[in-house]
Amino acid sequence: MKLSAADIAQRVANDIAGGSYVNLGIGMPMLVGDYIPVDREFTLHTENGMLGMGPAVPEGSEDWDLINAGKQGVSILPGGAFFHHADSFGMIRGGHIDISILGAYEVAANGDIANWHIPGPRPPAVGGAMDLVAGAKQVWVVLSSHVSKNGAPKVVDRCTLPLTGVGCVKRVYSDLAVIDITPEGLVVVAMVEGLGRDELQAQTGAPLTFAADCGNLKAA
Amino acid sequence: MIDKRVKDMAALIADCPDLKDGAIILLGGFGDAGVAERLVEAICPLGLRNLTVVSNGAGGGDYGLGRLIKEGCVSKLVSTFPRSSDSKIFEDLYAAGEIELETVPQGTMAERIRAGGAGIPAFYTATAYGTLLAEGKETREFEGRQYVMERGIKADVALVHAAAGDRWGNLTYSKTARNFNPVMATAASTTLVEVRQFVDMIPPEEVITPGIFVDRMVEVGELT
Repeated sequence: MKLSAADIAQRVANDIAGGSYVNLGIGMPMLVGDYIPVDREFTLHTENGMLGMGPAVPEGSEDWDLINAGKQGVSILPGGAFFHHADSFGMIRGGHIDISILGAYEVAANGDIANWHIPGPRPPAVGGAMDLVAGAKQVWVVLSSHVSKNGAPKVVDRCTLPLTGVGCVKRVYSDLAVIDITPEGLVVVAMVEGLGRDELQAQTGAPLTFAADCGNLKAA
Repeated sequence: MIDKRVKDMAALIADCPDLKDGAIILLGGFGDAGVAERLVEAICPLGLRNLTVVSNGAGGGDYGLGRLIKEGCVSKLVSTFPRSSDSKIFEDLYAAGEIELETVPQGTMAERIRAGGAGIPAFYTATAYGTLLAEGKETREFEGRQYVMERGIKADVALVHAAAGDRWGNLTYSKTARNFNPVMATAASTTLVEVRQFVDMIPPEEVITPGIFVDRMVEVGELT
């Protein structure tokens, strides 16, 4: 059994404390915004200059002055604010954003992350990824699958692709497990029901230890 | 009487010595929001060469920045994300080695421009430490953490898109179309602005870019 992207997003959203300021990366991390628990309020930041980002708006009713980092038409919630790029990244670099949630090609047991560039003919594009991983108080990575299409682990001992940041990731959420990155290495805090610890280890590129209260993850 | 309003694009770019071959040009915008595209279109026919353009993206299609690149005016792009679904013109030239690219983390680019406008020649940031984008740059430890030295950016011309402007050059913006525009307005020796609407006076508490940073502006109407 594996978790769906929606299951992962829901688990991530449940782990965010009320009152947090959160930046969601383009792609799967955006899904987290759809699962904010009703008993909590957190404020979503978008790098292009808004706090209080609300849901995407239906196709055809976009206001193209009001977009997110993925250039989708979105909305702004009561209490929100607009600001320019230097202020937006001052919030990030200055440690005012509580959690940055991003996707990744590779995450390493030492907290390194590679998520911006695969060497090749296309021009290298970084956007705000390096600022977010270096500046946010906590960096969480979401992986829609624990391994790549060809079965290679995405959670590895050392990254092989160009790094986005060094020693910055605190936690990884995948379709198989929730793993904390600690000074002592990878600690599994929850894993999908029915999966053997040896099976999870076999799909992970660095040694795992298991928290004493390691929990079960259930698919919806 | 101070009046930074001009009647049309021709008047905006006339007698502007900073619009020259080899100029460094700041172009605001993020995605399609807040890009002074009408201004770039007005500059294309000048046939300038060896421009360095500082822009979050590489332009889309063959309009605005895409056209400026296509017409061979740009020799270097400083950008955070020079890739989009329709950035083919830039990508083809890049693949052919015919245009130089400096990829900069987005917050570092914003801060380099802010610093340039505020008279700060360089600063340290933890962003990009230990990555390809810090290669060759000076690093220094402060309070146990490693930082990379980045240089401020000062430009010849800033091309800004704003929502409203008054005759003193005070500006406001619209939602996330603000983005890089206010910082870029501060960092060029000549700041040219396309404004959707001229207004009599922006209330002082609501001014986002004070007129000191603005040289000339033209009204372009609401976007369709």
